[in-house]
Amino acid sequence: MPFKSSPQKFNAAINTVEIGSGDKKIVLGGECVYPLYAFDAPIENKPVVGIEITDLGVETFADCIKEYYAGATTLGEIAAKAAAAEGASFVTLTFEGADPIGENKSVEECVAAAKEVADAIDLPLVICGCGNNEKDVELFNAVSGALEGKNILVMSAKEDTYKTVAASAGLAYGHKVGAESAVDINLAKQLNVLIGQVGVNAANIVMNVGTAAAGYGFEYVVSAMDRIEAAALSQNDNMLQMPIITPVGSQAWGVKESLVSEADMPAWGPQEDRGVNMEVCTAAACLASGSNAVILRHPKSVATVAAFIDALM
Amino acid sequence: MALTGIEIFKLTPKKNCKECGVPTCMAFAMKVAQGAVTVDKCPYFSDEALAKLSEATQPPMKTITVGEYKLGGETVLYRHEKTFVSKTLYAVKVCEKDPNCEEALANMGNVDYERIGERMYVEFAYVNYVDNKEKFLELVTKAKEAGKTIILGCKCPEVAKEALAITGKDVILNGATAENYAAMNEVATAAGCVLGVRGENIDELYDTVAALEAAGNKNLVIDVTLPTIKEAFAAAVQLRRAALKEENRTAGYPTIVDISNPKYAADATMQEALATLFTMKYGSIVVMSGMSYAQALPLYGLRQNVYTDPQKPMRVEPGIYELNGATPDSVCALTVDFALSYFTISGEIERSGVPCNLLIPDAGGYSVLTAWAAGKLGAGSIAKFIEEADIENKINNRTLIIPGKVAVLKGEMQEKLPNWNIVVGPNEAVQVVKFLRDL
Repeated sequence: MPFKSSPQKFNAAINTVEIGSGDKKIVLGGECVYPLYAFDAPIENKPVVGIEITDLGVETFADCIKEYYAGATTLGEIAAKAAAAEGASFVTLTFEGADPIGENKSVEECVAAAKEVADAIDLPLVICGCGNNEKDVELFNAVSGALEGKNILVMSAKEDTYKTVAASAGLAYGHKVGAESAVDINLAKQLNVLIGQVGVNAANIVMNVGTAAAGYGFEYVVSAMDRIEAAALSQNDNMLQMPIITPVGSQAWGVKESLVSEADMPAWGPQEDRGVNMEVCTAAACLASGSNAVILRHPKSVATVAAFIDALM
Repeated sequence: MALTGIEIFKLTPKKNCKECGVPTCMAFAMKVAQGAVTVDKCPYFSDEALAKLSEATQPPMKTITVGEYKLGGETVLYRHEKTFVSKTLYAVKVCEKDPNCEEALANMGNVDYERIGERMYVEFAYVNYVDNKEKFLELVTKAKEAGKTIILGCKCPEVAKEALAITGKDVILNGATAENYAAMNEVATAAGCVLGVRGENIDELYDTVAALEAAGNKNLVIDVTLPTIKEAFAAAVQLRRAALKEENRTAGYPTIVDISNPKYAADATMQEALATLFTMKYGSIVVMSGMSYAQALPLYGLRQNVYTDPQKPMRVEPGIYELNGATPDSVCALTVDFALSYFTISGEIERSGVPCNLLIPDAGGYSVLTAWAAGKLGAGSIAKFIEEADIENKINNRTLIIPGKVAVLKGEMQEKLPNWNIVVGPNEAVQVVKFLRDL
């Protein structure tokens, strides 16, 4: 008697959200099955991998990542090189240099950087702020205006900033809005509701529900995403059916395992291997929990995770 | 699915004889349903009723024991539903055909470290047989001498028998197929070891398991290494789901997945991605071609996270943690023993590069505000910790940074610890780097 399989296909589905335009646009979401369960029902829009650069180029990244960009001097050249990485479906530009306690670059400089990157690539663009709410609100507004028509994703609208970010990026300039919450299903849902109340259509929202590097409280990430997927699919909760995007690189390259030099920890081996494995492991775990897109830094991680997704589709 | 109290009540003799120690049969049935008493306390159940009850009270997924390790026994598909119980274990594969197999076996012990009270190492040596019996048996002997728990990858009953004579019963004989299962069953049963079932697709695996069960062997694991990764992942998920959701007990065995095959993974980095996938979703043993520190550090960390009981937060040992080469003259900072708080704060302190003695009192494993609200982190308990841990003799510096969220403790702490300069730190971990550098 053969094995009786009961495919777990739901009547509900994750929303589809398009970013970018033309042949290279990406479509996130649309699946009516649990993450990566392509054997239950076809997953039309496979999860995608993005590659991250900053407005400072890759200056603050680990040396092993910089090597890939050798020869690229302008931000535009760096962006083009990033877009050419095997497996990359979109580029993420993080305005690290805008941070008031760092380089404190002006909004005008950020807009110029965003334009330079957007002009250099034909892949969809996702932008991330510096983490300072006041500055981010200002620069998101300016960058959204400058890139009107590019259909970018603006990350992130948070509890404290969603009103202005959703109104400018989402309503005034018609971009996609990233709703950023901190590893909790209720916070994620509440923020989606609030952004919806500003007037942004649910189909224009992507969630960043937060993450951690593998080993650093990742159980909370797993459980938050497991519950969000369950609510979205088995309970048809419209306010949690937004696709999920997860910035993995910034977390993975910020933990001890990726930062300690080989000289300090000879038994651990080359730093590059450790960083790449931390990034790949965290990304695979996020994808298995429900991310529709992950943002990575090292080209080797990008290629590996893209191949990993392909093998499961 | 377990029977409800009412369903059990229908099977009871309904005599209310009290011999079971409970006033009525109804009350007894309710206790059985909760698992508070076992059915054998009632002497009057009919054989038929007992058979029905024992079938219903069997766990949906079997726990299989191999030496010191336990596999399976899971009751939920998602950790937030209750908890996972048997963590994924890792094996490194050595094959007699590989000229470097002895080196690979020796390297298996390289990764061995402790992380939050858990020893991290490769649990199993997967010794694979192709056609050179002498070399295989030699490798099995070496693996045994190295103290590894062994998985024998061997489909030949005669060779398996000789290998089992070397290893004893605490191994997995991974080699029963649709063709050889009867002979392999005999060898495994005679040796008293766990038998692994292999096949070309999920139906074949399932049929072979059913045939072995019919022959009376339920000491099994299922090898879901199918021709493609997609099929392997599908099999791991579908079997676990069938076992837990549909009470299909023939599907309720732990799984092995061998990702060392170059068809699956072109390199070690791809193996890391696949090992992660099967750690998250339903692989009981993941077989890899090697385990470096670069692979182990994220993977074991992830496993430790995923397999913690959601009801019991991970804790670190109270004490002094010297970060960035701190000496007795370096500044002190304090946080709680909740593992996530510790990791976040210690990570930020390490990023700052400022030498710092991180003091961790016993705060019940709660986060800062929860511990404070629960009375587990107060001026009194901190002062007591500083005294009991003999910190004033171990550390010369008298500046103590406390979490910004419990700034309210400053006054009372200053009173209780008059020799110390109590400094209120930032509210959020991300501000720690700047705070310490500016200090």
